Amino acid sequence: MAKGKTNTEDYLRMYRQMVRIRTFEDNANQLYLSAKMPGLTHMYSGEEAVAVGICEALTDNDRITSTHRGHGHCVAKGAEFKEMFCELLGKEEGYCRGKGGSMHIADQSHGNLGANAIVGGSMGIATGSALRAKLQGADDVTVCFFGDGATAQGLLYEVMNMAALWNLPVIYACENNGYSEYTKTEEIAAGSITARAEAFGIEAFRIDGQDVLAVNELTQKLVARCRNGEGPFFIELETYRYHGHHVGDINREYYRSKEEEKDWKQNRDPIVRFRSWLVDQGIASEEEIEAMNAEIEKDATEAVAYAEAAKYPDAAEVDMHVYAD
Amino acid sequence: MREITLSQAVNEAIAEEMRRDPTVFLLGEDVAEAGTPFKVLSGLVEEFGTERIIDTPIAEPGFVGLAVGAAMTGARPIVDLMFGDFIYLVMDQLCNQAAKQHYMSGGKLSVPMVLRTNLGATRRSAAQHSQSLQALVAHIPGLKVAMPSSAYEAKGLMKTAIRDNNPVVIFEDKLMYQDKAPVPEEEYLIPFGEANVKREGRDITLIATSSMVQVAEKAAETLAAEGISAEVIDPRTIVPLDEATLLASVRKTSRAIVIDEGHQSYGVTAEIASRLNEKAFYHLDAPVLRMGAMDVPVPFSPALEDITVPTPEGVVANARKLCAGEMINAA
Repeated sequence: MAKGKTNTEDYLRMYRQMVRIRTFEDNANQLYLSAKMPGLTHMYSGEEAVAVGICEALTDNDRITSTHRGHGHCVAKGAEFKEMFCELLGKEEGYCRGKGGSMHIADQSHGNLGANAIVGGSMGIATGSALRAKLQGADDVTVCFFGDGATAQGLLYEVMNMAALWNLPVIYACENNGYSEYTKTEEIAAGSITARAEAFGIEAFRIDGQDVLAVNELTQKLVARCRNGEGPFFIELETYRYHGHHVGDINREYYRSKEEEKDWKQNRDPIVRFRSWLVDQGIASEEEIEAMNAEIEKDATEAVAYAEAAKYPDAAEVDMHVYAD
Repeated sequence: MREITLSQAVNEAIAEEMRRDPTVFLLGEDVAEAGTPFKVLSGLVEEFGTERIIDTPIAEPGFVGLAVGAAMTGARPIVDLMFGDFIYLVMDQLCNQAAKQHYMSGGKLSVPMVLRTNLGATRRSAAQHSQSLQALVAHIPGLKVAMPSSAYEAKGLMKTAIRDNNPVVIFEDKLMYQDKAPVPEEEYLIPFGEANVKREGRDITLIATSSMVQVAEKAAETLAAEGISAEVIDPRTIVPLDEATLLASVRKTSRAIVIDEGHQSYGVTAEIASRLNEKAFYHLDAPVLRMGAMDVPVPFSPALEDITVPTPEGVVANARKLCAGEMINAA
């Protein structure tokens, strides 16, 4: 059962997980900018309260499916820095032995069924995981993360229809960060996003995705109801991505203003907000928080150094894992 | 030995595996009470209930996606795709999701699912219900592809497919559902990657898939009457492909025709012919011929449709030319 987030330890863990995501992304961005990382990646910075608020309401037995912007989900679901950085750098000790990379990190031991580089590509997988749970009488819940851009994919409506018909234990978590790649969401999404789920008879919620406690509280309730056979549910989480669509998307004033970015960062940052709440409530002092931040930064620095020094997979691995035994 | 239809063979295979393994379930359009338009699954819902024989909405990408997710988390789904032509609708789920999960996760995830569908023209069903699209999926690493040529193969390959830990696509020829063949009462499986030498011969090898095996066998009969001894080989699975058996035969006969009902260009016949050329070149007395369906959308009119697929007469004509040492341009 999910722990109630009602004590100091749980609050601090949520804060720690959000800072771990931000720190992971800052380091990943540096790896990209210094040309140490092959390929490219999509930063989750700014959306931490969504992944952490939701995943802290889940157990290791609950499953998630993730997206191309998936580092946040991966950390929040329990992954370690070392294996994640190794994967980003294509090293053998990565979660996928370097075969997946940033866009395909999967960490089955914590129930992460994997990031997916096809927008909306994991909606069937998440719903199928929930179908399996129902058929086998298991009580695990699956959360399907996807962005506002993915709501334009037809697959969503096919699987929501089946999830609703069969009361599957799945929660569709739409991270609405306002942009579908380089295009404003209002230009690609007609009408209301939650109304689309409601059309299938799915209870849908629209909440502030920058408020980790609100996200967590709602998710805990919905997870409990899913376990009770009342699924599926749909949550639209209003959030913001601090970086561009991907790390190379730097000059982006043609689609969004610097003022808008500044406003979200200064006034709605999920980590800053939660930090002041923790201090106000007397849960942690500024010093304790600074110490935690420093410790996370140190962990990340060490993990990056480890990953840089780690070995690449042997060439003999290239045709391994095409087929399972 | 008793004889049963290909349809009954598929039904038995699924029923036996569902009794054996509670994680096996089946989903697709009109599979429960309707038992599919071809009635292949009739009776299964009575034994296994609607919990395990699941009627879905008409949403192919959606229900194939569900199967992928169920397979990744501990079930063994069988997906019924009503017509092989609908494979285009599910390409992302099949080729980007199912086929790649095991590799992308470095071996941590696997997708033990079966997608059973069909192929075959000459049913007067026109261009969108008659295609033989096995080459499309055989091209994708991570998928296995089985092509049963009779009730016996249909049962043994289906049982193996259900127990396989990879996504397997099975193409049944929809014109063969009522064809009977001897099928043992006792349990058997047919391993993947083991070709079946249906008929031994000395002068030419006819490699044929699915219903083209019948075409090849009929051609071999005619050729035998003319003194040409044809060997007929059914690969049974095109991925994995039993290259060794095909090469051994061609090294013996020195001539080969590859017959498959998919379009001839860039197809299964081309792949097999290339491998024979690459690995048995010095044993060949003639070019390896491909005989696939014509490179046209399948026409509706019977007068046109029948022209588009390989026939025993066509195979005989080509085999005669090859054995006579004539340089030919295969139609």
